Amino acid sequence: MVTKRVTLLILAILVIASPFFFPSSFYYRIGSLIFVNGLAVTGLVILIGYAGQISLGHAGFAGIGGYSCALLPAHLGLHPGIAAIVGAILSGAIAWLVGRPILRLKGHYLAIATLGFGILVSMVLANEAWLTKGPDGIEVPDLGLKDVLELVGLDLSNSQFWYWFSGIAFVIGAWVALNLYDSPSGRALRALHGSEIAARTVGIDVARLKLQAFVISAVYASLAGSLLALQNKFITPDVAGFMHSIEWVTMAVLGGAGSVLGAFFGAAILTTLPQVLTVFQEYEQILLGLVMMLCMIFMRDGLLPSVLRLIRGKDK
Amino acid sequence: MTTLLEVSGLGITFGGLKAVQDVGFRVNPGEIVSVIGPNGAGKTTLFNMISGVYKPSTGSVKLDGENVTSMDPYLLARRGLSRTFQNLQIFQTMTVLENAISGFHLQEMGPLLADLFHLPSMKSRAGKAETEARALLERVRLGNAAEKEASSLSYGALKRLEIARALALKPRVLLLDEPAAGCNAVETEEIDHLIAEVAASGVAILLVEHDMKMVMRISNHIVVLDHGEKIAEGRPEEVSRNPKVIEAYLGTEAANA
Ligand SMILES: Nc1ncnc2c1ncn2[C@@H]1O[C@H](COP(=O)(O)OP(=O)(O)O)[C@@H](O)[C@H]1O
Ligand SMILES: [Mg+2]
Repeated sequence: MVTKRVTLLILAILVIASPFFFPSSFYYRIGSLIFVNGLAVTGLVILIGYAGQISLGHAGFAGIGGYSCALLPAHLGLHPGIAAIVGAILSGAIAWLVGRPILRLKGHYLAIATLGFGILVSMVLANEAWLTKGPDGIEVPDLGLKDVLELVGLDLSNSQFWYWFSGIAFVIGAWVALNLYDSPSGRALRALHGSEIAARTVGIDVARLKLQAFVISAVYASLAGSLLALQNKFITPDVAGFMHSIEWVTMAVLGGAGSVLGAFFGAAILTTLPQVLTVFQEYEQILLGLVMMLCMIFMRDGLLPSVLRLIRGKDK
Repeated sequence: MTTLLEVSGLGITFGGLKAVQDVGFRVNPGEIVSVIGPNGAGKTTLFNMISGVYKPSTGSVKLDGENVTSMDPYLLARRGLSRTFQNLQIFQTMTVLENAISGFHLQEMGPLLADLFHLPSMKSRAGKAETEARALLERVRLGNAAEKEASSLSYGALKRLEIARALALKPRVLLLDEPAAGCNAVETEEIDHLIAEVAASGVAILLVEHDMKMVMRISNHIVVLDHGEKIAEGRPEEVSRNPKVIEAYLGTEAANA
């Protein structure tokens, strides 16, 4: 187990130092995508890695967060930043309502039910064209923060701004997740993951804690969706789609669902590959499936823990 | 003395099999009541019903006068009932210390926001739980293993860890399902002492144990089960002389031979 301080240090260094090695400004864009995905995957680490529950529908919450940034400013005149926060609260509330019945299910049943939820959200976003403008997507207003920074003398390009903004959001998200890990709630989540029956006998309200993990991870996904919408200034129902949910789960599993650092590496690898290798772009879905299968067969704990164990094993 | 745990007419059926039928007894504070009987007699099933893991089809369980039949284990824990498991239920990927701290869950839990942002209130609650957990680990001789991952411990050590976790709840009623199974003579003796000590502090203890010498030595009262039914009960010396009990045990020994 890499400690909290070390993890945060590594992540902060990666965020700050990476730009020195960027061959072109295009890489700021990849970097910010990594952080956005890393944020959503960190939420899944809490749900999958800590609590041992699965969700194949978390992109649904990203859809809610993303569309909040488009619709709330347009219809209610909210600032896009406030809209992202309202979207996160809305996602949390919906996760709470949906999670109560769904989280009683286990294993495959839970997977299917969450899958259904994600599909439902993406269908609503695609079909309710009167509100969402349908499958072609909708414009998202500018956050406006970049202009404020410019006024105080910090002149960043658009991609630079989103790199730093997403990077900071991701590190804060990682900090919160690491706090949770080493706290009474985090221990209770990991305990019920280990043995639900023993968790109940020590007084853990299993249903309530699972629901908390589900709501927290939904808020992470929602904020990731908002960040994506705000930096693209555009959003389509695909953000809530099944493939997007699968992508995130694969990133979590590849990195090692139990650790925040692993989540970051999972997100970094699977975000970068399609951007730099055209082969990966064309066959993304097949390759994601392949990665998932290979992980399950050869490294159940994910890439990072497996590699760490290999290194430590050789030391002995 | 007032009865702390009162079980009456308890029974459960699994797909036609009457695993436990019409079992009743009482446990007072500071008393050790043992449930004995051949393998498959229904001892663990009885524990599972009392601790809310299984819902009995008949009968009732009362804790300090309150009817707690079929109540969820987490609510029973809040009322002071705690237990260990015959087949270990350890949080394998957590450290030994974290396993022990999890027994203090009710004591260290607070608002979620305090946990997410590591507010001072959370730190003081968790810090107190950790201090107490370390003391408890010392008591079961696991102090040196605190930082190890639980899965790396020996079977006997895990048994002691489960007892520590159950004691962390500061229970009024403690159910121990074969706490000394798989332990060597020295470990068994230690567990023996520990149980007596806990009982002396006023906890009502219900015990399942195969080591008959230990059972006869530390029990105040013994309930004998065979094929899910109570065939005898009484003080150790009464039970050991009971012909029905001797037959039930000799019967199984003959069958095992
Ligand atoms: N969940 C269950 N489903 C079906 N049968 C069970 C279940 N739990 C226990 N039994 C049966 O109940 C009987 C009593 O088992 P158990 O309580 O484990 O015995 P003991 O602890 O005395 O050895 C056995 O025949 C066992 O197979
Ligand atoms: Mg048993």
